[in-house]
Amino acid sequence: MNDKKLSLPSKIWDDVFRYLAFGSGLVVILLIVASLITLIIQSWPAIKHYGLSFIWSTDWDPLAEKYGALPFIVGTLLTSFLALIIATPFALAGAIFLGELAPKKIAEPISFIMELLAGIPSVIYGLWALFFLVPIIRAFQMKIGAPPYGLGIFTASLVLAIMILPYALSVARDVIKLCPNDLKEAAYGLGATRWETIRGVILPYAKSGIVAGIVLALGRALGETMAVTMVIGNSSTLPSSIWDLGNTMASVIANEFNEAQGLHLAVLVEIGLLLFIITVIVNLIARIFIIKTRV
Amino acid sequence: MSIENPIFRTEDLCAYYGDFMAIKHVTMSIPEKKVTAFMGPSGCGKTTILRCLNRLHELTPGAWYSGKIFLRDQDILEMDPILVRRKVGMVFQKPNPFPTMTIYDNVLAGYKLLGIRLKKEEADRICEEALRKAALWDEVKDILHRRGTFLSGGQQQRLCIARALAVNPEVLLMDEPTSALDPKATLQIENLIVDLKNTVTIIIVTHNMPQAGRVSDYSAFFYLGELVEFGPTAEMFTNPKDPRTEEYLTGKFS
Amino acid sequence: MNNTNNVRYQWRRTKNQIILATIAVLAIIPAIPLFVILFQLFQKGISSLSIDFFLNLPAPPGEPGGGIKNAIVGTFIIVGLASLMGVPISIMAGIYLSEYGKESKFAHLVRMCADIFQGVPSIVIGIIAYAWVVKPLGKFSALAGSVALAIMMIPVVVRTTEEVLRLVPNILREASLALGVPYWRTVLKVVLPTGMVGVTTGVLIAVARIAGETAPLLFTAFGNPFMTYNPLEPMNALPLLIFNYSMSPYEDWWQQAWGASIVLITIVLLLNIASRILARRVAGEK
Ligand SMILES: Nc1ncnc2c1ncn2[C@@H]1O[C@H](COP(=O)(O)OP(=O)(O)OP(=O)(O)O)[C@@H](O)[C@H]1O
Ligand SMILES: [Mg+2]
Repeated sequence: MNDKKLSLPSKIWDDVFRYLAFGSGLVVILLIVASLITLIIQSWPAIKHYGLSFIWSTDWDPLAEKYGALPFIVGTLLTSFLALIIATPFALAGAIFLGELAPKKIAEPISFIMELLAGIPSVIYGLWALFFLVPIIRAFQMKIGAPPYGLGIFTASLVLAIMILPYALSVARDVIKLCPNDLKEAAYGLGATRWETIRGVILPYAKSGIVAGIVLALGRALGETMAVTMVIGNSSTLPSSIWDLGNTMASVIANEFNEAQGLHLAVLVEIGLLLFIITVIVNLIARIFIIKTRV
Repeated sequence: MSIENPIFRTEDLCAYYGDFMAIKHVTMSIPEKKVTAFMGPSGCGKTTILRCLNRLHELTPGAWYSGKIFLRDQDILEMDPILVRRKVGMVFQKPNPFPTMTIYDNVLAGYKLLGIRLKKEEADRICEEALRKAALWDEVKDILHRRGTFLSGGQQQRLCIARALAVNPEVLLMDEPTSALDPKATLQIENLIVDLKNTVTIIIVTHNMPQAGRVSDYSAFFYLGELVEFGPTAEMFTNPKDPRTEEYLTGKFS
Repeated sequence: MNNTNNVRYQWRRTKNQIILATIAVLAIIPAIPLFVILFQLFQKGISSLSIDFFLNLPAPPGEPGGGIKNAIVGTFIIVGLASLMGVPISIMAGIYLSEYGKESKFAHLVRMCADIFQGVPSIVIGIIAYAWVVKPLGKFSALAGSVALAIMMIPVVVRTTEEVLRLVPNILREASLALGVPYWRTVLKVVLPTGMVGVTTGVLIAVARIAGETAPLLFTAFGNPFMTYNPLEPMNALPLLIFNYSMSPYEDWWQQAWGASIVLITIVLLLNIASRILARRVAGEK
């Protein structure tokens, strides 16, 4: 009795659904292709006008239509790597602590809280840094005789370090946890101490994963906008020390995009394009390390 | 040996996984409203040929077949697989009720999943009938709206049988339906199979020779993808024609 | 001989303890700023929280009684619209990866693109939404902000959906197919409901992530001191308000920025906690 209803062309719906699913997958690919094309088209006037010299030139003067991205590229690299240098030892120690040393009862709630804190919006980190970190840094700068801006490259790096730490830590912790027990037991069996086991067995085992975590964190730092914009001081000259004011690629876009027009706008989009390319490359590198850990 | 009016008839059926030929040139007839047991050592292709009979085989990536399978006089390889599977139900080795559905919805899954709307009384009737056939009604009639996954393994397996019976299939395929169950649940299912054979043709894969002896009318013995012997169970058990069957029955390999 | 061995052993043990202690200390230090942030947030912001703060519209600097109603409503509208746009397509793409594409080259390409897209800075996505929506419409709008946020949530939801659906046991698919149910209905009515808790977890994580985003809204939703429900108008959102107020020279706006931060962080944390609880339920069921 029901078989009559069944002889409807069920195959058509199967095909429709499959194409919908396939189409959605295609959208994910197209999204990235279309983004790239959009950025290139929108920045084309700037690319055509300034060519590659845009990357080395240090002059940034929208009124004179002089645009060189070097101060921002340097600002981005400086803050990101400084943040990485500050964060890595803590992240590594935290990963070893949570992944290997601490008993489950302690490690799990701490990891849980860490992951929640990693979700704090960056504008809130910025707010906090602006009103809490900046005065402290200013006092410190006075003490050591640096220009007491409070704002600047160093402050931005410090906030970045706090922000990226949970990412690096959780990736590294997860790989450290994956280290097989029989490897560790073999080391203990040979009379190795806990630290010797960590250094000799666990860390070599988790090496690629730890690097992947650090590279992923670098990718975050490179593109992080709000917190940096709020504390870096928004200066478009090439920084000469870590106490200087500066701008990153992301922060200059955030600061100037809404007032920009014509060539200025195209130049800002080109900086965005550059940032897009850099972060994609960094993430691809992280993926390579992640694939290595699976093997 | 010849079967009058078989419900299934395969002609030179071969089934493959990629290049690997798992079923080799099987020609056989399955009698209607009887229980047929498929036996043979592990890996001989029992599951594979069973899955050919309702066209589940083709869902495995790289799997394909050649030859013909007639359900009465229609070649099912030419039919819409959906229609084939409505007529040929299946019960799996591991009980697999849908975890998101109640017992009631599980029994009616063959309708609900297809979006077929039933009147409340009709749905209730089908549900009760199927659960009674599966000898589960008395145990679950008061908890029809609990999740099917709360039941014991044996009850879950009978729920799966009820689910398959609810759409009134002509044939019920069972792939080692009791291998995940304890002896008591196994006995219940065996009794159920015997009761069911007046209403539906059953093909059961089993490793358990006493079980095959208890429930089946006919037996097929497979070895390395070939059909070695087919005949009435009693006859095959007492007087196997092929030495390989005899070796298997006497436990030389398993 | 025995003695030197003993000394060496003592030294190894001491070294072990020193290094482990150092690791523990280093591991604790980064937790400090994180707790300081939360503590100060509540210390500084709690005094701005009042009924009026939630129900009033922003007031000019110096005038008391300003609220953040428009920003709260705006955040819900922008994030809601983004989810409406982003979630269905992401779930379908996740279905494609787990049920159709599987190990095909195309599926791997989709996966790779999703992973890469997760790393694209949010400010760049703001530029893209600007080019796609603001430019053609000729003005800033909540819709443009939603497009930016939808783009940001897609990779997250695609990947979690795929992972969750892959965990659905194959025997459930076969049970459905063996009943004569077409594959697409099997996917929609058996596979997806079985993985629904996990998919919801992924959506919550993605929503929590975009709810706090500021950069992609700067040149899309833009911000608006007035109340609006129209997605084609510029609209305020909590992160935008926090940014604008904290960069302003007015002390009472700073105060309100702290208050708004408590509201925002509460929303984000609740979403995150809800997603973890759900995730734990999934793990428990297995
Ligand atoms: N998905 C697959 N891909 C490739 N080869 C397969 C696949 N499934 C089964 N085979 C092979 O096909 C042959 C028959 O397998 P099948 O599962 O039908 O055996 P079986 O008789 O049911 O065994 P068992 O009694 O252990 O269940 C075996 O050699 C097996 O290795
Ligand atoms: Mg089998």
